Amino acid sequence: MERDQQYVLRSVEERGVRLIRLWFTDVLGKLKSVAITPAELEAAFDEGVQFDGSSIDGFSRVHESDVLARPDATSFELLPWATQDEPSARMFCDIQNLDETPFDGDPRQVLRRNLNEARAEGYSFFAAPEVEFFYFASGDPSVGKPQPLDSASYFDLTTADVSSNLRKRTIHMLEAMGIPVEYSFHEDSPSQHEIDLRYTEALDVADNIMTLRLVVKKIAMDSGAYASFMPKPLNGVQGSGMHVHLSLFSGDANVFHDGSDPYGLSEAGRQFTAGVLRHARETTAVTNQLVNSYKRLSEKSEAPPYIAWARNNRSALVRVPVRRRGKPSSARIEYRSPDPACNPYLAFSLMLSAGLRGISEGYELPAETSTNLHELNHHERAAMGIEPLPRSLDEALDVMESSELVRASLGDHIFEWFLRNKRSEWSQYQSTVTPFELERYLPTW
Amino acid sequence: MEPLLVFPDPVPPELAQTLDIGGWAWKAAVDVAAARADEPADGWVGAIVMAGSDLEPALRFCRSVHNGEVSVRSLLLLINGGHLQSLDPHHDLFDDFCLHPFHPQELEIRLKHLFRRGGQTDDVELIEYGPLAMNLETYQAAIDARPLDLTYMEYELLKFLAAHPGKVFTRETLLNRVWGYDYYGGARTVDVHVRRLRSKLSEEHANLIQTVRSVGYSFGRSRWG
Repeated sequence: MERDQQYVLRSVEERGVRLIRLWFTDVLGKLKSVAITPAELEAAFDEGVQFDGSSIDGFSRVHESDVLARPDATSFELLPWATQDEPSARMFCDIQNLDETPFDGDPRQVLRRNLNEARAEGYSFFAAPEVEFFYFASGDPSVGKPQPLDSASYFDLTTADVSSNLRKRTIHMLEAMGIPVEYSFHEDSPSQHEIDLRYTEALDVADNIMTLRLVVKKIAMDSGAYASFMPKPLNGVQGSGMHVHLSLFSGDANVFHDGSDPYGLSEAGRQFTAGVLRHARETTAVTNQLVNSYKRLSEKSEAPPYIAWARNNRSALVRVPVRRRGKPSSARIEYRSPDPACNPYLAFSLMLSAGLRGISEGYELPAETSTNLHELNHHERAAMGIEPLPRSLDEALDVMESSELVRASLGDHIFEWFLRNKRSEWSQYQSTVTPFELERYLPTW
Repeated sequence: MEPLLVFPDPVPPELAQTLDIGGWAWKAAVDVAAARADEPADGWVGAIVMAGSDLEPALRFCRSVHNGEVSVRSLLLLINGGHLQSLDPHHDLFDDFCLHPFHPQELEIRLKHLFRRGGQTDDVELIEYGPLAMNLETYQAAIDARPLDLTYMEYELLKFLAAHPGKVFTRETLLNRVWGYDYYGGARTVDVHVRRLRSKLSEEHANLIQTVRSVGYSFGRSRWG
């Protein structure tokens, strides 16, 4: 048995842990959990925990529905919200087939495979996400439009900013779980908040995003409120995005850094950026996977629907931050279209694959776009060679379907299941009569 | 603690790693002459002799120890399973043996049993520094008597740093000593774990681990500063 597994067994015993939650993620990016007792832990390390995957989104197969959850001992954390008399802990799992080969439907394995491929070329992939979300009074759509906590007469007894208080408690809990927070603040919109996580390797980042979404929701729920990562929950108010900062390291060297370049970007950095941009249309169905995602992308603000890059241009898809001198390790690019309702394992897989394709094929980076792209019409943008991102989930799925890069990165199983699932979501949406239509057409026609 | 003698030199990486992680000081010797040259004033506390595919060089080394050419208090022999048969007539040459490839934990237990018996050396089971306490037997850590929930690597990193207060380590050294020699990922891994540790130590105690600019990290206060 590995030392880190021994460590987990010992900690479980010493801390009197009663329940160990084995976490994994379905193809749509929802966190799932199988709970085991300490008595089952050693066997879980040795043999894995077998369960029926047929009810998990994206896990079903034709011949065999059982899979094995293999706990990753390095991800063992006590859950800070568990009660004193019943401590519990979690570990992320990798999912295997019964013959112990990696299960193709497991998003974490997909990211692991892509990171290993990058590693074989000498690269490690680091990322830092900026996660936005709203606090509402309720998550029940039947009570009407979501009410932001700040404006709802919700906590009448308190005068302080209730939602900022929730955010602070969230950050303490994240830090207690070893997830360092870089910044956090109140966003422009009522009850909208942002939490920026520190740089780490992409697999840990994806795990951290899964943990963050749970912790944010949990803390809100404990106060009787509701936190939402829905990309565009309110009309006329900026939606929630998840800008991600990306960089590649080769050993200790930041591959993107070149101090002599006016943008501070190396050849490989430019090629990676070119790859991310060139394949952006193909990867959007995954980075923005909801019908609702495209309502955020159509707003004229922080959500950039145009495939361009710049140093300081909020309308560009990729921002190359201007860096202080003498910090080569912080060279990075910021990819601004993803939203916090994506599956982070799949989204990071595609960003990495697209960027590495740029490097391996030696893509050329187009010129920087410093004009505000929102102010141009589509003829002017077309004249500049600037394409828009897909405007709907439907269009995004069409582009994704013809992408050999996305298929290779996700693997056939997830690629095909995702398209089937999302096509069906789109067709349900398309055949639904919306409040917009009723309000607009019923009085007139 | 006085170093252990390890034969042969170079020491296989998995053995070096296990010794380092276990916090053992050691010195490798290429032959008997080297072992004698480096011999501490009152002899070696212990020796680990590792046999390769040929058992004979290791046995020769053991015989020299047995004959008193090198002074060693206890000797642990590492052999592979194929040599078990031929070990029979040589029982007097070693105090304990362990099969190679070894299980790091088994080796650790045997080393402790053999070389720390009778309080010959200080058996560090507890590290205490200011508000921090670490119990190395139970893998538990606490700050201000509040339990710290650490992952294995966070625990190992904190243990290593706290065992050497005031000493500055480069990221490379930490990577080698805590993660092991074949760890992929570079010194950024160290930064990431230090950040995680600091966030768990909470703001109040985050400065227990200090960044030493353009060098690396140190724990606590230097005894010189």
